[in-house]
Amino acid sequence: MRIPVSALIGITMTSVFVLSAVFAPWIAPYPIDAAVGGVWEGPSSRFWLGTDTIGRDILSRLIYGGSVTIFVALVSSLLSFSMGAFFGFLAATRGGWVDTGLSRLVDLMMAVPSLIVALVVLSVLPLNLTVLILVMGVLDSTRVFRLSRAVAVDIAVMDYVEAAKLRGERQGWIIFREILPNALTPLVAEFGLRFIFAVLFISTLSFLGLGIQPPLSDWGGMVRENKDGLVYGKAAAMMPALAIAVLAISVNLVADWILSRTSSLKGGRGG
Amino acid sequence: MGDLLEIRNLRIEATSYPPGEPPRHVVLVDDVSVSLEKGRVLGLIGESGAGKSTIGLAAMAYGRGGVRLTGGQVLLNGRDIRTASATGLRALRGKEVTYVAQSAAAAFNPAKRLMEQVIETSLLHNAMTRPEAEARAVELFAKLGLPNPESFGRRYPHQVSGGQLQRAMTAMALCPWPDLVVFDEPTTALDVTTQIDVLAAIKEAIHDTGVAAIYITHDLAVVAQVADDIMVLRGGKTVEYGPTDQIINAPAQAYTQALVSVRSIDHTEKSPAAPVLRAEGITARYRGTNFDVLKNVTVDVAAGQTLAIVGESGSGKSTLARVITGLLPASAGRITFAGRTLSPDLAARSKDDLREVQMIYQMADTAMNPRQTVGTIIGRPLEFYFGLKGEAKRVRVQALLDEIEMGKGFADRYPAELSGGQKQRVCIARALAAKPKLIICDEVTSALDPLVADGILKLLLNLQAQEGVAYLFITHDLATVRAIADKIAVMYRGEVVRYGQKSDVLAPPFDDYTDLLLSSVPEMKLGWLEGVLAHRRMESAGN
Amino acid sequence: MHPLIKLVVQRLALGLILLLAVSVVIFLGVEMLPGDTAQAILGQSATPEALANMRESLGLNQPAVTRYLTWLGHALQGDLGVALTNKKDIAHAIGQRLGNTLFLAACAGMIAVPLAIGLGLTAARYAGRWPDKLISGITLATISLPEFVAAYFVIYLLTQVFPVFQPVSMVFPGMSFIERLHAVALPVIVLVMVVLAHMMRMTRAAILNVMQSAYIETAELKGLSPMQVIWRHALPNAVAPIISVVVINLAYLVVGVVVVEVVFSYNALGQYLVDHVAKRDLPVVQAVGIIFAAVYIGLNILADLIGVIANPRLRHPK
Repeated sequence: MRIPVSALIGITMTSVFVLSAVFAPWIAPYPIDAAVGGVWEGPSSRFWLGTDTIGRDILSRLIYGGSVTIFVALVSSLLSFSMGAFFGFLAATRGGWVDTGLSRLVDLMMAVPSLIVALVVLSVLPLNLTVLILVMGVLDSTRVFRLSRAVAVDIAVMDYVEAAKLRGERQGWIIFREILPNALTPLVAEFGLRFIFAVLFISTLSFLGLGIQPPLSDWGGMVRENKDGLVYGKAAAMMPALAIAVLAISVNLVADWILSRTSSLKGGRGG
Repeated sequence: MGDLLEIRNLRIEATSYPPGEPPRHVVLVDDVSVSLEKGRVLGLIGESGAGKSTIGLAAMAYGRGGVRLTGGQVLLNGRDIRTASATGLRALRGKEVTYVAQSAAAAFNPAKRLMEQVIETSLLHNAMTRPEAEARAVELFAKLGLPNPESFGRRYPHQVSGGQLQRAMTAMALCPWPDLVVFDEPTTALDVTTQIDVLAAIKEAIHDTGVAAIYITHDLAVVAQVADDIMVLRGGKTVEYGPTDQIINAPAQAYTQALVSVRSIDHTEKSPAAPVLRAEGITARYRGTNFDVLKNVTVDVAAGQTLAIVGESGSGKSTLARVITGLLPASAGRITFAGRTLSPDLAARSKDDLREVQMIYQMADTAMNPRQTVGTIIGRPLEFYFGLKGEAKRVRVQALLDEIEMGKGFADRYPAELSGGQKQRVCIARALAAKPKLIICDEVTSALDPLVADGILKLLLNLQAQEGVAYLFITHDLATVRAIADKIAVMYRGEVVRYGQKSDVLAPPFDDYTDLLLSSVPEMKLGWLEGVLAHRRMESAGN
Repeated sequence: MHPLIKLVVQRLALGLILLLAVSVVIFLGVEMLPGDTAQAILGQSATPEALANMRESLGLNQPAVTRYLTWLGHALQGDLGVALTNKKDIAHAIGQRLGNTLFLAACAGMIAVPLAIGLGLTAARYAGRWPDKLISGITLATISLPEFVAAYFVIYLLTQVFPVFQPVSMVFPGMSFIERLHAVALPVIVLVMVVLAHMMRMTRAAILNVMQSAYIETAELKGLSPMQVIWRHALPNAVAPIISVVVINLAYLVVGVVVVEVVFSYNALGQYLVDHVAKRDLPVVQAVGIIFAAVYIGLNILADLIGVIANPRLRHPK
């Protein structure tokens, strides 16, 4: 198997981000909240990416902020994924009123853009990590629900699933042995996309001041903190924005590659 | 010169781009030469992958997808069109050569009226004015036996039937007075009783307009009715090329001989025996519809014998299988199996009920989980019904593989690594693994090439002789019925119209539908089509 | 009744029901969450008496259903109540800002739609060749960007590297049309960037989908030129999917607008919404949320209707 260059770049960059998020306290050259230099210092050998609006090292904050962004996005996409996939498979294999009820509920949730729903909900709920993760996870599970239901419905009408039913197999065998192995590849690619969505979503909320609250800080919040620097073209304002973009593009490259492999598997007919 | 079309040493190649792998070169057609005079019909015949459609399209210098004509000459009216420019080709396609596709339903633009599409080429190449072209189209509609030829062109494609669309496509091809028409499996997608009418209409239209034609099909009996010459192709190479009479009556090559004698398996029917399955007064409909797909159907399958259910699409034959397996509980009627009554619903049946009735599907491709090996697929029923594990299971799987005439090493392969015939054999082994009393075979040979299908039928007959298993054999193909059935039920619109031992059902006097069905099946002899049509005209004149 | 009219009426009714259901969720669903408007206004340290008084004055002691029906009745007459924070009339405040939001979205739409269709057609025409790969590569990059990140790149480029514009887009009454256009230039560029990628990808996919049909091969075998094939046979079938794509992406603009307005401090509905979420002013948030939802649902129903009307099978039944 040959991995295309774009996928290799994606995998490498994603790994760099994830590793630096995990090992943030060991990698970051300065503590997260210490004003160690002057205000708006440019990049130098001391501060590789310069300093921010109150003289903190941007590289250090970027590394710590990344761990917050990646952690929140990862947990909420795991939540949206497991919820969406569970109910999606349930709807597809049970059919009947379970399917109708769940599908109508999801239609209703998707009738309004997620950001608007999130804003309405967050105007009432307290702003903390748990609430943010729950809100994002539940809202985004609707997309996973639709995809996994569609994939499972496509597979459930295959003759080999019917053959298993005729053999007398239990529901568990049919879902885990017949349907899931064939649904895995598109779902893995979807996980990548859901993760990106969560990164963008939490960054947007934090940028609007409605996401991660101080003393914690993520990339979206850092963009907000250094908003003024943009007018003077300071690096501090651009770096976190750039980090979000690069992470999103890297994960996208990996997901694209996995998806293209799915279609080649489907097309692969022997004989 | 002289010949309308002359193909010399044609070579066609394609490049495929499997994702993540280096591009792959494939030779589709190698060193094929053909010549065709004005007013004559050439039949191209072969199994799937023989390159027959590719050659047909090469007569228009057209390659699908990444297909390229890489060598030889394609001379049309003396000019080599293989190397012609794009502009040159556009001037000739739709004017000198036209095309009739297999699925007219897909080949017509759904957003435009039929008349617009039929006369498009005539107007495009400035051959006719609009009134002239429309008059010509109406004349062709009438010639091809389309209803209300004057107003037919005002309809949209979805408003007319499949058989009518196929005729309309023929009218579209003939409208600009072409020199050559390429017919690419024009009747394959049609029911057999529709096929004969369309075939007759096409033949007459070719004859009356005096065009030359290339007729592509996988069915030798069909092409024998329309072609003057036949080329037999296999794997992109010419096997045999000669006049129709010689190919059908005195084939020189072994492969051609096999094709001619295909579907002539001799099976003497067994004498009546006690039934293992009896379906009584079955009436069924699908949820959310108000229309009975099966109406009071009663049939039985004798132990160790074969009941063939014959019918065209929409006859309800596959629905009957779903009712018997319990996938679609009947709204009325009773199913008795091996002396006990089967619950109408699958969920309420015992493990033994399920084990003793097995099913084989039409598309072996979708009947096997692509993520399981052949060993897992065949082994699962052994484990599920008999609790076999480890070495015992492995030995039994190999024994079953031997029974279906597949050797060692197949147990570790995935379905994608098997050929079409091998896949169907694995499905047979999976059914046998359960030691069933009855196997339901739903069109199990219709997706296979004729020679492969013959192999499967022979295997099924052998297995029946060894294991004493009964078959409920669902098919639309009468040759298959002759080959395998002891008893036959003919179904039409949800009802059994004729039922009995094979020799009785296939002997006169016939009811109207069975007569139509039997007489519509193409036979491997010259002049069969004219014979049937003459016979039908005589009968209708007599009435 | 003609089946087409029946379908259209059905879809419109469905849209109304959906909108009603959404208003119920936004109103009642929010009530069920473990938060309390009175608490939110007064803060955690409020005394129980103060809370009780506040609830009384806000009418929070009545059953939720009664309050919803009262609110709905007033809303239908154009009365959206007053803001908790400054006691100003919400309908009036929205009226002032809605125009600004629509102006921004309309400018972005007018540039993005033709551009996206043009680029989508080009990418489809040269599918798999360099123009397609170039366009697809650029869209892959922009599709991964949240609106505010895209905005920062644009601001950096057009106010620092090439200082052509101001990084803040203030509009106020009395500005001339040209001044307004100049003021919204940057946010419009950002919005165009964000929707363009989606719209273009979907247009390309819609065309390629049609181009794979068997009737396109028929047209090629009739000797039609590539342009004739596209105009006569592909477009009549691709128009409906393309228009749906356009409308769905206009709905997507609704979301983009909220963030972009905040970035550029553009005084309009999105900014108003975000401000009041931070202030926990529920009546304002509910009212604006329902307006955004209505626009979004309306556009999606429109896309659906276009798909129905364009289908020849429904226009000309058997």
